[in-house]
Amino acid sequence: MDHIIDKNEKAEPFLQQDIRERGVLLSIRDLKIWFELRKFGFGHAGYVHAVDGVSFDLHNGESIAVVGESGCGKSTLMKGILGLHRPTEGEIFFRGESIGEMKSKEIKQYRSHIGYIQQDPYGAMAPFMSVQRILTEPLSINGIKDHQQIQDMVHKALEEVKVFPVEDYLNKFPHMLSGGQQQRIVIARSMILNPNFLVADEPVSMLDASVRVEILRLLRSLQESRNLAVIYITHDLSTVSYFSRRIFVMYAGQIVEKALVQDLLNNAGHPYTQALLTGTSDPDGANAHKLKEVPPGEPPNLINPPKGCRFHPRCPKIIRGLCEVEAPPEFEPEPEHSVACWLLR
Amino acid sequence: MNSIKRTFNELFKYPSAVAGLIIILLLIALSIYTLIALPYDRAISLWRGESKDWYASPKYAMPAWINSFRKNKLPTTIILKTDDPSVVKTEEKATVIYEMPFVFTADAFPSEINVFFKSTYTSSPPFVGLSIITPDEREIKLGNFKVERSLAYYLSQDQKLVKKYKDIPIQEALLMQPDSKPRKPLKGTYKLIIEGVTFDEGSTVSAEAVFYGKVSGIAGTDHKRRDLSIALLWGTPIALMFGLVAAVGTSLTQLIISAISTWFGGWIDVLIQRITNVNMVLPFLPILIMIGTFYSRSIFVILTCVILLSIFGAGILTYRAMFMQIKESPYIEASRSYGASNSRIIFKYMVPRLIPMLIPGFVSLIPSYVFLESSLAILGLGDPTIPTWGKVIDESYNSGALFNGYYYWVLEPSFLLVVTGLAFAVVGYALDRVFNPRLRGQ
Repeated sequence: MDHIIDKNEKAEPFLQQDIRERGVLLSIRDLKIWFELRKFGFGHAGYVHAVDGVSFDLHNGESIAVVGESGCGKSTLMKGILGLHRPTEGEIFFRGESIGEMKSKEIKQYRSHIGYIQQDPYGAMAPFMSVQRILTEPLSINGIKDHQQIQDMVHKALEEVKVFPVEDYLNKFPHMLSGGQQQRIVIARSMILNPNFLVADEPVSMLDASVRVEILRLLRSLQESRNLAVIYITHDLSTVSYFSRRIFVMYAGQIVEKALVQDLLNNAGHPYTQALLTGTSDPDGANAHKLKEVPPGEPPNLINPPKGCRFHPRCPKIIRGLCEVEAPPEFEPEPEHSVACWLLR
Repeated sequence: MNSIKRTFNELFKYPSAVAGLIIILLLIALSIYTLIALPYDRAISLWRGESKDWYASPKYAMPAWINSFRKNKLPTTIILKTDDPSVVKTEEKATVIYEMPFVFTADAFPSEINVFFKSTYTSSPPFVGLSIITPDEREIKLGNFKVERSLAYYLSQDQKLVKKYKDIPIQEALLMQPDSKPRKPLKGTYKLIIEGVTFDEGSTVSAEAVFYGKVSGIAGTDHKRRDLSIALLWGTPIALMFGLVAAVGTSLTQLIISAISTWFGGWIDVLIQRITNVNMVLPFLPILIMIGTFYSRSIFVILTCVILLSIFGAGILTYRAMFMQIKESPYIEASRSYGASNSRIIFKYMVPRLIPMLIPGFVSLIPSYVFLESSLAILGLGDPTIPTWGKVIDESYNSGALFNGYYYWVLEPSFLLVVTGLAFAVVGYALDRVFNPRLRGQ
């Protein structure tokens, strides 16, 4: 991906000012989302520990990327943030209010502050609704009834995602649009309620490489113009640096490393992060003859996660007698960089 | 709107569907015509025979168009009235003679001959004598009797004539070629002579003679002389209404209930699934028979029971399987993220998704309910007040129509049922192919 994006574009406006001074928007404390497994429909058979002890703060206007392989709990974390899954333990505070204690009306209010972009743009739109209706739905649900106002907002939203001419698209159905156009409509829908917080779950993974850049540029311009806080979930490290300030690496339901993007890319602390970076493909002819060292094995079973550090069965740098016994705390080798690994003790 | 147009364009590629649609449109047009031309009250009173409308109509007559396919033409009904213009009336003092000519050209005999008299008098009733003059100038004397106000003279029950002709039916004896064997009717112009003698000043006598035919109307008649076309016409809107209401009632409710069941899950889901499982093993027909026998046979009661018993059927399970998939789709998740309520998700996001799947099944479902209504009528559970196709079959069966050779009586309603079923089924299959392109052949 890096070769497609012009290096000069990667300005880092986020680093120049201290984003932490803007105040905390979302604060997650020791969040656990477990799913109960049932035997014969009623007997208890354990839990799937999809998210197991995640804590972080998201500042106003800050952009965070969450990376990790499939099944590591990224999507569950994001659904927990949206309030689609109730936390089993721990709490999520939005501007100081715990969403676990919100009533359904307040949850609805809270959700209208969040824009949500999904991975599959076609699936994210009801196939029997026209673009007009797709964009009107969030408005009418949230109590905007005036026809003229709705029309204005729909037009504005479509213009903002650069779908021109607007009139041509209003009566189209999702299957008549290309992947890039579909994702633009989804972005327009997520932005139409003027949220101050955007959750993007792999927004470009199903798009063509060429369209990918356009969508990422669009998201970035939206983020800058509206000062959005963004949680960008991806398994693709190469798109992360494009518009994130910080990066979180998740493994088996836990965040193993949090760092500023450049720190992480240049100075990864956790063996898993290092493995991920090694695994990122770079279109370079020389790579054809190189053998990459990747950790053996598969991500652990989340019903019965390994004791101690969850990465220890695959870790090439395991410290016997420590890693498999006790879970590592978070170490901070440098400011804004924390790693949950005994190697840094 | 566009998608409806597209569906019809696709549909018109199947000739069978076009034929089916035409038949359905014809049935609808027939229903509308019936509702306008033969209002409900009139139809019901005719069908109950309350108003003595049928005295001049033959029993067990075949439809009139059957003559076009026969070499031996069957007679139609001939009605002679004393005030017809063709009647020659001669009055002489107290005697009045009506000479009523009629032309008989059929190759078979009439089924009956009856004469209805009416008289007015003050003290003593008039006296009438009856005779027939055949085309070959023979005069056959029939009965003579007093007419008190009104009198119906059934020739077949005149004992003198019965004695005279022994084993030959009277109506045949009068119109036959003399000594022909087998008996053949004599064609030509007959004259019926009615001679009335009045005894009072201003006393009058009038008569209406009916030579009942063997064919009548477009659909024939039944054992109560009623024109079957009334029942066949009124059966059309009732059959369509029953089929449509039952099909809409069951399939739409099934769709909504299974959407609710899937969306809420938990105990609601369990409850609905259990009710469905129990209901599916309940015997459908015996319950309806019990309701018809002990409670009410009104078509609306039966319709309601049919819908209630069908709602928790296999459809719930089919739709639930599809909704399970839809429930997890990203657009539902997205709608939750912008705050859609449960009812909005069910009615605006889940149910519309399955409507295209519903339509073919729903169209094919209509005839099965039309048949059900007829089956119930044949089992004697038809609404006693309304003439339907099923009831016509029921009555023909009770009168031994097939045994006695009145095929038209059974075949006409059966034909309408089959055609209706076929039309909807054919359109249903074509719709299924339009909505599920994978079913299309090469």
